[in-house]
Amino acid sequence: MKIVVLGATKGMGRALARRLMERGDALFLLGRDPEDLIRSARDLEARAGRAAGSVGTAVCDLERPAGFAPALAAAEAGLGGLDVVVVTAGLFATQERLEADSELARRLLTVDFANTVVFCEEARKRLLARGGGTLCVFSSVAGERGRKPVVLYGAAKAGLSHYLEGLDHKFRAQGLRTICVKPGFVRTGMTEGLKTPPFAGEPDAVAARVVRAIDRGKPVVYAPGIWGLIMFVIRLLPRFVMRKIGF
Amino acid sequence: MKRAETLAGWGRSPVVPGCEVRSEDLPRITTGRPLTRGLGRSYGDSSLPAAGDPVVASAVLADRILSFDPVSGTLRAEAGLPLSDLYRLFLPRGWFVPVTPGTQFVTVGGMVAADVHGGNHHRDGCFGAHVTQLRMRVADGRIVDCSRIEERDLFRATVGGMGLTGHILEVTFNMARVPSPWLWGETQRVRSVGEFVDVLAQSAANWPFTKGWIDCVSRGKNVGRGFVLRARWAERSEAAAQPPKPRRGFTLPVNLPSWALNRLAARLLNEFLFRTHPTRRAGLVHPDAFFYPLDSIRHWNRAYGKMGFTQYQCVIPPESGIGALTRFMEIVTRRGGASPLCVIKDCGPEGDGLLSFPKSGTSIAIDFPVRPWTQGLIDALNDLVVGEGGRIYLAKDTFTRRDHFAKMEPRLAEWQSIRRRWDPEGRLRSAQSERLLDLGPTKGGSP
Repeated sequence: MKIVVLGATKGMGRALARRLMERGDALFLLGRDPEDLIRSARDLEARAGRAAGSVGTAVCDLERPAGFAPALAAAEAGLGGLDVVVVTAGLFATQERLEADSELARRLLTVDFANTVVFCEEARKRLLARGGGTLCVFSSVAGERGRKPVVLYGAAKAGLSHYLEGLDHKFRAQGLRTICVKPGFVRTGMTEGLKTPPFAGEPDAVAARVVRAIDRGKPVVYAPGIWGLIMFVIRLLPRFVMRKIGF
Repeated sequence: MKRAETLAGWGRSPVVPGCEVRSEDLPRITTGRPLTRGLGRSYGDSSLPAAGDPVVASAVLADRILSFDPVSGTLRAEAGLPLSDLYRLFLPRGWFVPVTPGTQFVTVGGMVAADVHGGNHHRDGCFGAHVTQLRMRVADGRIVDCSRIEERDLFRATVGGMGLTGHILEVTFNMARVPSPWLWGETQRVRSVGEFVDVLAQSAANWPFTKGWIDCVSRGKNVGRGFVLRARWAERSEAAAQPPKPRRGFTLPVNLPSWALNRLAARLLNEFLFRTHPTRRAGLVHPDAFFYPLDSIRHWNRAYGKMGFTQYQCVIPPESGIGALTRFMEIVTRRGGASPLCVIKDCGPEGDGLLSFPKSGTSIAIDFPVRPWTQGLIDALNDLVVGEGGRIYLAKDTFTRRDHFAKMEPRLAEWQSIRRRWDPEGRLRSAQSERLLDLGPTKGGSP
């Protein structure tokens, strides 16, 4: 498959790109830092035993929507087609920091919701123009319910999850398969410094589940899987309980 | 530090206050930090922060391969790349690391810092011998490349320098071509320490990989019995048609009670190992089984219980003869240091790493639980090693005293002077450097 990944230089995106590459998919990487993109491209090529230069890269920053269309066009040209678009990029900050810094909060809400949606719209149009494909986007379990530690981040991810669900309902019949990945707590650079809760996952385990979901076109995937059950319970809790607990 | 946290090495003793900062961006997180840590597989305090300076950088997320030349085999990688990735990805393609330690759960940065050796030391030297360049963040904040040509002193002090000359960011080294992903191996039973040394020496001429398991628990005529394992890469015609499948191990889920690996258990285990191994056996060997037998039990360090354990590894020069090895065994058995596993190996000449462990002679590695008697036992063994002109392996050590180490290590002064040049304020430190390697008067020494 011909796959473009936005956010493959770090964390879960890095792990996912490695798995896709090692099984023989063709990849094109989008991200903010051109030098970092090239280092990740070389890593993927060396791991899969492919020639240097076989993984293309282009700069794409979720804070600069004007660059989305050119970046996707470069990817489509580089790959000679497009089957899957993966978005793992996003901003993260603790609720404490976001409350103290409203400019950071505005940036995060813009990147994680509005601009990610705009990027997905661009990808959707390109995939539909080719007769369909897969759009796989990393949202979060933080978007499942309003919760104290993730009021703002969770609001952006809730909006994103809703958008992805709508997309799936509207366009699946036309061949666009939308996959909303909802990671629980995963040990990456993003969650560095946070207290590790029980059931924390590793990026590679998440990647393995996401690869399976892409192959099967599964619309919602919790990773690690246990978070599906945890969030099921959290959704059922009455408000007076949610107000009391710190989760 | 956000939380009250602790760090420990593989031996789970000592446990010190400290925490790791993790990021894919290793150059960023090493700025101003006293130490970088890999996968924490050194046994003692090598990867632990010094008192009062508890936050260390973790290299494990900086794990990218930056280039690989399929003609020359030269590979450049970020320091946190685990050996397990190289093993999984490159062995099926006919390449292997030139030197591997006894576990695949180490980073390439750690392999340089400890200058690891393996069963092929008599032929291929340490890992450092195959390293051609290092990129480092040195104490003053600059990023510096060093090799045997540029900044040679920094390079020599860093290979085996336990991460104390600067943060290793990138490593360039030569991979080795292998004819197949399988090994061809032989096992030979031996009955005494003397026979061990002879069989190892004979095997070294024809076999690239040799090591031995020696019984350190039994007394009397059984002391020193065991077997020699030797192997070479199988030719394509000998190898199985299928590449070796990754072996599924199991996880030791909980700490065993501290008494579980007692003298009786160790004796039974040794007796079992000796009886179940035939006098002589030859055939195809899975590389996991030869190189990484203990990796199949995840968290095997829990077998020693909550109090933890230490590994003592020393090398005794060939001039000392069998007498010294026999006395070593006697000290161990007399003081009741019942080790279930004891590995013996002949080493080749020392490399150019200034604090690199191996040198010509016989190396013995032996595990001891941490108990009130452990310090005394290790002092006694160190007295013997100092007397024979041998030395110990820093990556395993927890209990050696500063004056013992100084007597074992004539190269220490040169290493210290290079370190002082690159880090005049002594910013790079570890719990081990405070205990053993730092300049100036003894500050407390070991417990």
